[in-house]
Amino acid sequence: MREEILKVDNLGVYFYAGDREIPAVDGVSFSLEKGETLGIVGESGCGKSVTALSIMRLLQSPPARIVKGRILFKGENLLDKSADEMREIRGKEISMVFQEPMTSLNPVLTIGRQISEVLIQHLDLSKKEALARTVEMLKLVKIPLPEKVVKQYPHQLSGGMRQRVMIAMALACNPSLLIADEPTTALDVTVEAQILELINELKNKFHSSVIIISHDLGIVADIADKVAVMYAGRIVEYSDTGSVFSNPKHPYTKGLLEAIPHMNMDRRQKLKEIRGTVPVPGEIKEGCRFKNRCNYAQEICRLKEPPIVQVGANQVSCWNYT
Amino acid sequence: MSVKLLEVKNLKKYFPLKKYLPGNDTDYIKAVDGIDFYINSGEILGLVGESGCGKSTTVRTVLRLLDPTDGMIIFEGQDITRFNKKQLRNAYKHMQLVFQDPYASLNPRKTVGKAIDEVLAVHGMKNKMQRRETVQALFGMVGLKGEENKYPHEFSGGQRQRVVIARALAVNPKLLICDEPVSALDVSIQAQIINLLTDLKNRLGLSYLFISHDLRVVKYISDRVAVMYLGKIVETAPSEELFRNPAHPYSKALLSVTSELGTVTKKKKILLEGEVPSPVNPPSGCRFRTRCKYADKVCSEIEPEPKSIGNGHYVCCHLC
Repeated sequence: MREEILKVDNLGVYFYAGDREIPAVDGVSFSLEKGETLGIVGESGCGKSVTALSIMRLLQSPPARIVKGRILFKGENLLDKSADEMREIRGKEISMVFQEPMTSLNPVLTIGRQISEVLIQHLDLSKKEALARTVEMLKLVKIPLPEKVVKQYPHQLSGGMRQRVMIAMALACNPSLLIADEPTTALDVTVEAQILELINELKNKFHSSVIIISHDLGIVADIADKVAVMYAGRIVEYSDTGSVFSNPKHPYTKGLLEAIPHMNMDRRQKLKEIRGTVPVPGEIKEGCRFKNRCNYAQEICRLKEPPIVQVGANQVSCWNYT
Repeated sequence: MSVKLLEVKNLKKYFPLKKYLPGNDTDYIKAVDGIDFYINSGEILGLVGESGCGKSTTVRTVLRLLDPTDGMIIFEGQDITRFNKKQLRNAYKHMQLVFQDPYASLNPRKTVGKAIDEVLAVHGMKNKMQRRETVQALFGMVGLKGEENKYPHEFSGGQRQRVVIARALAVNPKLLICDEPVSALDVSIQAQIINLLTDLKNRLGLSYLFISHDLRVVKYISDRVAVMYLGKIVETAPSEELFRNPAHPYSKALLSVTSELGTVTKKKKILLEGEVPSPVNPPSGCRFRTRCKYADKVCSEIEPEPKSIGNGHYVCCHLC
């Protein structure tokens, strides 16, 4: 049975600074089914983290404001929820793992205290029950000697271990949706592989859905079922992982894949560059946002924003396919 | 016959740990613990390894920004290990460094042209007109023609890295040491900088020591690659050979977790157990043995020496 967990519909998040209006996310739509993993890729400033934070309703307002769209979680619009209702959902139904595990753990509380807090808050467990479950969770994320680690403080653990603690905390209440924002960017490649494997394993165990946000196409290619490629606040290409990586349609996606040296590439071959620079949010006001760096830009790309069209298996936002 | 531009012999760099109690022996962090490598003229040597394995310490020690604990650094046939400041300044004309973070390596209060002008003046170019022309030529070379009167904040990350490269080239170096030069940049910008570096190498006949944790980039750019683990070089080989035929168990694991894009079939990943041990008390014998599934009795007793397995491929492992 296909069951839709999350549906983001035409989401728009603008930041206001003085009298400037910066559209960080502008008309983003995607959906996620139970047990599915969605990868969101894009470069810095493309709006991928802002999208995640709006789902969690963690954006500070002002300066941010959600100006349009709906975020339907199990059929209910999260944007209509009160702060108290959101607090019930956050950590229990939807939880998040951040990039930097050191800054997202409280340095003065023990690991055990931090994880059991979630359980006491959401599941009404007693302190003792919560601690027992914490040890169980730490075992699940493969932390050696969990009974010892619950009494330790974050600084006593390595980066990889801290990220495991974060994952244990995020999964403590068995959420339906886990959002992982660059979960392995601060880690070494061999540890990264361990953490990704762990996320995948636990996702299957708990039947959760996962959104994984990364700038690294390799990670997303490995772990995601579906991929959304973001550029300057919009999704430019959206499809299942295989189609995006083996049969990209949007000039930006194509460019990105060609710009990365492949393992079986001839060294005499020059890397294809994407010219120009990554735009700062709000820099491009009209037309296609990629037009200044695109080799296929036409007259219409300068004037009007491209519609989303279906090309093969992919949804692509580009005038060349209309 | 290729000429060795830089040769490093048995280089060691230990950092003492603070002593809290008198009487105890001081412990040392053995960041780099006896490594040998060389770079031929016109060659690119890639150095890969995870954080804490000693890549950056190696760079800093080779440049004598840190004093080596032991070993020899031979640059252009001269032993620079015991050079004094004045002698080093001369040597620096031939070896330059490009850092990872282009935001932190430029002075925000100087125009980028001025920053390079200063380098030229320090290295003895007295004529102002000549300096200005050189600065213009350098900016042209890195693709920033006519931008020399801007301040660093007016540039994007990729452009700043170009400025840093121009500054390094100002003294006509023979060796450019690049410490993670593209890691801080967006993916679409990385290719621009990599292409620039390869272009400059071909045009000016430079040699690079290229450090990165991104194996795809290292494979693409390097002629030879050295893999570091916990202060030691565990394997060296020509780039193609190493990536086709990795011999050391650590290199194998490292290569297996680098994802191949655009292929549908997923390859088998070798997941390492545990984490890198502390460099204060590294394991006896082979340093990788605590995480190696092939580890044998001999691995804990005798430290493996590099041995040749053909095709210029050297590996430090008892079982290869």
